[in-house]
Amino acid sequence: MSTAITSKSLSEIIGSFSAAEFPEATASRQQAIRILESKGLPAGKNEEYRFTPITRAVENVFTWKTQNTPTEITSIDPFLIEGLDANVLVFVNGKFSQSLSKIISPENEINVKSLREAFDKDRELVDSYFNKLVSPETDSFAALNTAFWQDGLLVHVPANTVVEKPLLLLHISDAANAQVVAHTRLLAIIEAGSKLSIVEKFDTTGEQASLHTFTEEIEIKENAALEYCKIQNDSGKAYQVINTNIRQADSSRVDTFTLTLNGQIIRNNFAITIAGEKCESHFNGLYMLTGNTLGDNHTVVDHQKPNSFSNEMYKGVLDGNSKGVFNGKIFVRPNAQKTNAFQSNRNIALSSNAAINTKPQLEIWADDVKCSHGCTIGQLDEEAMFYLQSRGIDKSTAQAMMLYAFTAETLNTISNETVKHYVDSLISERLHKNF
Amino acid sequence: MSKDNQLLEELTSREYEHGWNVALETDSAPKGLNEDIVKFISERKNEPEWMLEWRLKAFRLWSKMTEPKWPNVTYPAINYQDIIYYSAPKQSAKPKNLEDVDPELIKTFEKLGISLTEQKRLTGVAVDAVIDSVSVATTFKEKLGELGIIFCSFSEAVREHPELIKKYLGSVVPMSDNYFAALNSAVFSDGSFCYIPKGVRCPMELSTYFRINAANTGQFERTLIVAEEGSYVSYLEGCTAPMRDENQLHAAVVEIYAMKDSHVKYSTVQNWYPGDKEGKGGIYNFVTKRALCAGDNSKVSWTQVETGSAITWKYPSCVLKGDNSSGEFYSVAVTNNMQQADTGTKMIHIGKNTKSRIVSKGISAGKSQNSYRGQVHIMKRAEGSRNFSQCDSLLMGDQCGAHTFPYIDVENSSSKVEHEATTSKIGEDQIFYCQQRGIDEESAVALIVNGYAKEVLNQLPMEFAVEAQKLLALTLEGSVG
Repeated sequence: MSTAITSKSLSEIIGSFSAAEFPEATASRQQAIRILESKGLPAGKNEEYRFTPITRAVENVFTWKTQNTPTEITSIDPFLIEGLDANVLVFVNGKFSQSLSKIISPENEINVKSLREAFDKDRELVDSYFNKLVSPETDSFAALNTAFWQDGLLVHVPANTVVEKPLLLLHISDAANAQVVAHTRLLAIIEAGSKLSIVEKFDTTGEQASLHTFTEEIEIKENAALEYCKIQNDSGKAYQVINTNIRQADSSRVDTFTLTLNGQIIRNNFAITIAGEKCESHFNGLYMLTGNTLGDNHTVVDHQKPNSFSNEMYKGVLDGNSKGVFNGKIFVRPNAQKTNAFQSNRNIALSSNAAINTKPQLEIWADDVKCSHGCTIGQLDEEAMFYLQSRGIDKSTAQAMMLYAFTAETLNTISNETVKHYVDSLISERLHKNF
Repeated sequence: MSKDNQLLEELTSREYEHGWNVALETDSAPKGLNEDIVKFISERKNEPEWMLEWRLKAFRLWSKMTEPKWPNVTYPAINYQDIIYYSAPKQSAKPKNLEDVDPELIKTFEKLGISLTEQKRLTGVAVDAVIDSVSVATTFKEKLGELGIIFCSFSEAVREHPELIKKYLGSVVPMSDNYFAALNSAVFSDGSFCYIPKGVRCPMELSTYFRINAANTGQFERTLIVAEEGSYVSYLEGCTAPMRDENQLHAAVVEIYAMKDSHVKYSTVQNWYPGDKEGKGGIYNFVTKRALCAGDNSKVSWTQVETGSAITWKYPSCVLKGDNSSGEFYSVAVTNNMQQADTGTKMIHIGKNTKSRIVSKGISAGKSQNSYRGQVHIMKRAEGSRNFSQCDSLLMGDQCGAHTFPYIDVENSSSKVEHEATTSKIGEDQIFYCQQRGIDEESAVALIVNGYAKEVLNQLPMEFAVEAQKLLALTLEGSVG
């Protein structure tokens, strides 16, 4: 369905990429390039990218000679979360920075290293898990990432270990002098009975445009748990396509939260495969957009085994000329009996120039299930607004109070108080400054 | 469990009730499709030159188009050159009244339980009967004529009311709309035309009954309903076909043009032959239905009960152009055995304060696949618009599938859209509750399913509601989830 990106830009991309510099994973890179050559990037008619014209932007905005934009970043202080005691891992313009990163957890709790290094030292892990969850066939940006990834991270938590300190991943694009095009990856394996918390932040500095594709593969083994929080508060010229793929084994648990605030076009492909029984997954999202930002969340939860529970809640507040896109797919495979799967997507439009395109989708092949989705688009309750105003609260404060209440429940999947407080402060700032 | 299986077995082995066919002499076109066939059809229908031009234009468009691949159904490729595009029961001349109609034909319709004889005035339904491709009889014409209502076959309308046809044909579904609409525009053979003048409330239900009889034919009919300012009409459509091993194609177009303050109600009970339990044979039902609420305060409601067809692909839609206009869609779609249905609606809100309501109830049993696909699009200038959608699916048996694909696009901040969908099976506790009170399992299922579909069935005119309820009970009898 997609038209190939013009041969010019494709050859430009391939030309800007020197295979000799990236000897790892040559086979998967070549396969992904072949897929890219035959399928190209998604065009306007592509069902999955119908409302998200990112291909056009990529073709028009970026010159592909920017694989290794130099950077002058020496301090990561502005990007940190205040008060958060965490293992900090820093990527600048797609490259892992050993000097800016800092691991505070003991070595027996967690094994973290650059993915390129892992190809040398942890070959066994890489061979069994790398490029297994993500399919370059289904998403061309995943193919683009698989073909040209510059660096990434391997995270391995051994069995029966609780990693006390969260992992803070900082993705920094230094676009002060030139455009940045970065392709990075995360490969995380949480072994049986273990627990890990990941926090991700995306920041761009400087005035130039940045494009970041990020592909995550996270394996959660039996009785393991993951808490995942993604904060997208990027510059207005940032383009992101993030493919997150999580696979759950028996009795595992996942809690995720995705916050989208800023950027030009932000696209999240978020997929959970429930490959075990008795799993629990809670995934929440919140997008509060203004200006010309386009925020697009495509989520998939695939129930392959019986007796699992999934609950998805995405909420959006749209102002200015922003656009919110949501697509939530729930698949329940033939033998996934006794599945309970719920999904809700609620949106509030504040401006008449904002647009919302939502498509909640259920595909069910098993009969003994309970599945539902709900979706609403509306405004703030006028009576409640009137009630607050009649008690002397001015309109904008009343609106902020109502919106705050609307968004609050999506934060339930964050258990770390410092992270929650930080997210909360971002939401309050957005409510008071921009809306 | 064994009882369930036994009941399911019983259900799946049930024969299609209307599977017989009658040896009618027919006048057919040769197989295949080209400009000559289009000319042949036009000639047979004694059509004026402009009509032929219109058809040829559609044919040329169609030959450049490709079949849509996006519906969630699978079927072997259709060979469009292997279909007979025109087949008509042989009649020496157009019958002046019912006595002149071939008695075999009358019998055919009597067998279907449809009265063409006007004595049975009690039924109070005016019928236009379409067999294979041609309208054979229209009842109650004179009575309707007194009110200025035009209700006749499409070919008659082309001859007698060319100004109306020229004005409204293709005004709601343009020939280039989609692949099957273009095909229909090129080869449509007959259908019904209905015109309700200003301020008239049509005193009876108008009805078209479609029957495919001949083998290897496709049926392509067109219905056009024009409701002038302040008028009201309720329209019914029913259909059956004989059991045949090969698949037959049915590609119809229905257009409704509703002016200011008018109200059109369109109800369908679709019971085309669904194929046998292995999925052999059956009708491919690829239909384009659309209503244009052109005037302010106009209202169109679609009600459909879909039980037949091997494959259903249809989305009765409303384009809400006039301010304060409203559209409704009520649907029960039942699939069993190897049936596949991809059906739903589109509500396009253009005018201010427009309202739409969607209630869709899917029931899948056997190895069938049942999809709801719908779009609610609220455009920027459709301020203060409102939509409510509910689509529920009921699964019976563990080999069927139920799918929902709703598209919701909102471009302003003063409109409200609500959508909810659920998928479940009939609860064991519900059945237990009924059984506890002395209702046997089978009746309990019928009771629960009827209750589940009630919201939609209530929308049907009385004559149809009875038929639909029977059909539903018949299709699902014994299929305990």
